[in-house]
Amino acid sequence: MKKLRDHKIENILIKNKISQKIIYLTARIILHLFIISFCIIWVIPTLGLLVSSLRTKEMIRTTGWWTAFSPPFRFTLSNYLKVIQTGNMGISFINSLIIAIPSTVMPILIASYAAYAFTWMDFKGKRAIFLIIIGLLVVPLQITLIPVLKLFNFFKLTGTFAGIWIAHCAYGLPFAVYLLHNFFKQLPNEIFDSAFMDGATHFQIFFYLVLPVSLPAFASLCIFQFMWVWNDLLIALIYLGGSPEVAPVTVTISNLVNSYGGGWEYLTSAAFISMILPLMIFFTLQKYFVKGILSGSVKE
Amino acid sequence: MNTAKFLLIISAVLGVPLILTFYLYITEKTVLLFNYKSRKKVRPWLWLMPAFLLLLIFIIYPVFNTLVVSLMDKNSRGFIGFKNYIYIFTDREMLLALRNNFLWVLFFTSVTVVLGLILAVLTDRVSYEKISKAIIFLPMAISFVAAGVIWKFMYEYKPPGSVQIGTINAVMTAVVQGAEPKAWLFDKTYNNFALILVGIWIWTGFCVVVLSAGIKGISNDLIEAAKIDGANEFQIFWRIILPLLKPTLIVVATMMFINVLKIFDIIYIMTNGALDTEVIANRMYKEMFIFRNFGRAASIAVVLLLAVIPAMIINLKKEGK
Repeated sequence: MKKLRDHKIENILIKNKISQKIIYLTARIILHLFIISFCIIWVIPTLGLLVSSLRTKEMIRTTGWWTAFSPPFRFTLSNYLKVIQTGNMGISFINSLIIAIPSTVMPILIASYAAYAFTWMDFKGKRAIFLIIIGLLVVPLQITLIPVLKLFNFFKLTGTFAGIWIAHCAYGLPFAVYLLHNFFKQLPNEIFDSAFMDGATHFQIFFYLVLPVSLPAFASLCIFQFMWVWNDLLIALIYLGGSPEVAPVTVTISNLVNSYGGGWEYLTSAAFISMILPLMIFFTLQKYFVKGILSGSVKE
Repeated sequence: MNTAKFLLIISAVLGVPLILTFYLYITEKTVLLFNYKSRKKVRPWLWLMPAFLLLLIFIIYPVFNTLVVSLMDKNSRGFIGFKNYIYIFTDREMLLALRNNFLWVLFFTSVTVVLGLILAVLTDRVSYEKISKAIIFLPMAISFVAAGVIWKFMYEYKPPGSVQIGTINAVMTAVVQGAEPKAWLFDKTYNNFALILVGIWIWTGFCVVVLSAGIKGISNDLIEAAKIDGANEFQIFWRIILPLLKPTLIVVATMMFINVLKIFDIIYIMTNGALDTEVIANRMYKEMFIFRNFGRAASIAVVLLLAVIPAMIINLKKEGK
């Protein structure tokens, strides 16, 4: 009798185990399906743009971009040539570089001096000034546009690269100081103490000790600031105006949108040109980009 | 490319670091002129000066100047009191912009944060976590301008009967029998939501990355212990992960809130505020450059600033700890 009952219980247990396993497997399948389909949906818009930019004008207008994957496979680079030559995208690409490189280097160096002072020097009002910088982190840029534009008009800086460099530099500072100060704080103090004992100056400590060990933080910050400046539209629109000679890619594309509302062959290829550099940075230096975002938002 | 521009690049790339290094060198030399006791007092200010001056001229002074300008007429000549503010809260277009910003804040913030949380929790459980997170995060690398073009193309509308080249209308008419294609950006009942979706597409990845890092920071021992005590996945999520993730969630939600208040590029590119899609940042741009009314533009900026003050206080409190 007892044996039989044990057998029954065992059966139930096995059945339970099987049904548990089935539940677990279905849950896993749903999980995979959800994530994979989400990723596909997320990538489709960009994919559609890339594919369309490689198709002829007639094809874009008469068929969906997904039909490009079935024969006849007809792809062309002519849209890119056209938009670079006649759409001002070639010049704009260079303009974007001219704007973005100094606008990245300048604020980071200046911020690193300030962060160094905040971390390793003592002075009156240090805490108050640092708190002001924290407060400035969230100030909407819009509040600065009118006075700065007036200032630029007065000093004839409107429409010049120098003007936009300084503006981007100032706007990037609060975040850069904040992030670098957070990084410097974690560095072990002993090294600095012994460097001081050996008679090193602050200048030497900064360039030979702090800079080399902070390279990861600088890399994150560089990528962050570069992406932000490269992708910016508002500041370029306001301080550079619409002149094609100085317009970065974002401004040129917005002009193209206004003039060729339905000219998808221009818009798609222009948009992709503007995305190439950020995408390359993203794929090669993603680690640093993510680190920058994390250290800016989550304090460890 | 002309030579002038080429020279400009070279001199900027080399010149900027050189000048700034030279500044520090001069600073240290200047400090040596003081006696030993004063050096400690003078040095920090010289190291701070470039950053401090820039912040003063480009952010701090403008805040106060804008406050003053917002109380003046369109050319900043005469003092008109709160008239610009009264205009903001009574004009039909402005009220519409305020309503739309409210819609943006509500839907953009909640969807990005909730979706980000769900995806962060779920991707944590699969072997291809890195790739899937990278894909979701990818739109962050793209400018809003390019994203605007991408989604204008996604929403492209052709009259019923003709071939739909816009992905969304094509999928919709193919999947749902007899469904009519929709002019997503033109129909006033849903064009705002079509725009908000673009913002969500861009920013969800950001939330996933930050929240995922937060989840990874939760100690594994705690979760293991809960499992041994017989807690199921849902209990672990609600009772352990969620409470411990609360600080990160607040940070992410605050950042999304600040982002969305200033939302400009997407609207400027996709509709330019036509057909009831106006938002306040775009309206401010128009007041500045189309209507040439600096007083009104300034008062809009002040409203934006007032809206972020709670976030500012949260940040300062956190830093004060």
